[in-house]
Parts: sequence; structure tokens; C-alpha cells
Amino acid sequence: MNKLIDAALGIHPQALAVGARRLEVLAANLANADTPGFKARDVDFRAALATATGERAGRLEATHPKHLTAPRASAAPELRYRIPNEPSLDGNTVEGPLEQAAFAEAAVRYQASLDFLAQRIEGLRKALRGE
Amino acid sequence: MNLFKIFDISGSALSAQSVRLNTVASNLANADVPSATADGVYKARHPVFAAVLRAVGTETAGGVRVTGIVESERPPRVEYRPGHPLANEEGYVYLPAVNVVEEMADMISASRSYQSNVEVLDTIKQLMLRTLQLGQR
Repeated sequence: MNKLIDAALGIHPQALAVGARRLEVLAANLANADTPGFKARDVDFRAALATATGERAGRLEATHPKHLTAPRASAAPELRYRIPNEPSLDGNTVEGPLEQAAFAEAAVRYQASLDFLAQRIEGLRKALRGE
Repeated sequence: MNLFKIFDISGSALSAQSVRLNTVASNLANADVPSATADGVYKARHPVFAAVLRAVGTETAGGVRVTGIVESERPPRVEYRPGHPLANEEGYVYLPAVNVVEEMADMISASRSYQSNVEVLDTIKQLMLRTLQLGQR
């Protein structure tokens, strides 16, 4: 039954979780817009979603028990540093308007995921009721 | 839920920016306060921001914190005002080296940053409420 519900909801729960993470990273960028030396980062959505859905992005496939597992280079491989258009003297790479636009975009994407999920849930409910 | 952390992050930014606004207000308010000695004169204050890093492994930057407030090292202005009650024997008073234009620019920058963080909080609040209502009719 749970598998059925998971299948019905599709990729959207994972997309929602990755979207929330992206919102968090962008909020941290905006919060540190005036912190000297702060490097802005963003989530590589495709890589993060692949990790979340278990597509094993960037991991070695072990087909034999004696295969070595590669250590993960970073705990969050989907985080990427932003390349600034205009480097500033204090080493801060947050560009306010750019981050605001990225945040707005991430918020809209999050809402889209929410709407998709709501539709799927509605569909499930209708199927269960047999309306 | 992930989104709860954003309240901490943006909240810390709001408090850091309000510290900055406070120092600007203090600098502007004291811009013309004279002193009899060079040591006793008001010095412009500026906050030092630093990013808060979370525990190793999560790697996401947290919010901001104010690590301290530094006093400007700029030498005070010296003005010749022989009639002033605080003037020394030669008739000079010491005035703070506060650059009013610089402070105003700093104030605008701080208030813009404050606004953008408020905007973030507002958006996140709406998104969280919508997430909570997911599946309700």
C-alpha cells in the first residue's frame, strides 16, 4: 500500500525536500549579503534530486564485496559555489538582486511542487472514495 | 522540517542588520559632539559581521552574527572655536571623525538588506503554511 502511494506521488516529495534545501541555502546567502569573505552557494538541483531519489550520483558502483567504496568528497556534493559577475573587495560573492531573483524562482518552484502533490493527493482520495 | 531553519537564518540577519542600523544612528547622533581632549572625542563605531557555520557534515551556512563592534581609528577633526566652553588654551575643540555621507550610505545598505530578509521570512512563512495545508480541503 505504501509503495502504491509512493508511486502515485511520484518524484514530487523528493523535489519538495530538495526545493526546501535550496530555499535554505539561498536564504543563507541573502542573510550573509554583508558578511566579508562569505562565498555564495547554490544547490545543483539536478544532482540533489538524483541523490534524493537514490540515483547514486557521483558514487561508485560496488558489484563485488571486495570493491572499495570511494569516500564521498563532500557531505553535500550538490552544493556549488557561485561565480561572481563582479568580485568585491571584501571577498563577498553575494550579489543581492541575483540572489533575490534566485530565491523568488526557488519559491515558485516549491509552490509548483506543492500544487503537483496536492493534485496527486486529490487523485488518490478520489480513487479511494470511488467517486 | 527544513524550512524552520530559515527562520533562524533570516532572523539572525535581521538582528545583525539592526545592530548595524543602531551603530549608524549612534554615529550620526554623535557626529557633532565636541570634546576638550583628543582622547575623549566620540569615535565612529562599526559592527563586524561573520557567517555562522553549522556543524561539520551539514555544510550549509547558518545565519550571521556580530562578532564585535570596532571603533574607527580615524583622527578627530580639530576646529578653532575660541568662544566654545570646551575649547582648550589655544582655542581648539575636538570633533568626532564621523563621515555623515558614509554613514547615510551605510544606513541605506543596512535597511535594504533588512528589507530583503523580511521578504525572505514572509515568503517562507507563506510556503510553510501552504505545506501544512497540503491535502486538506
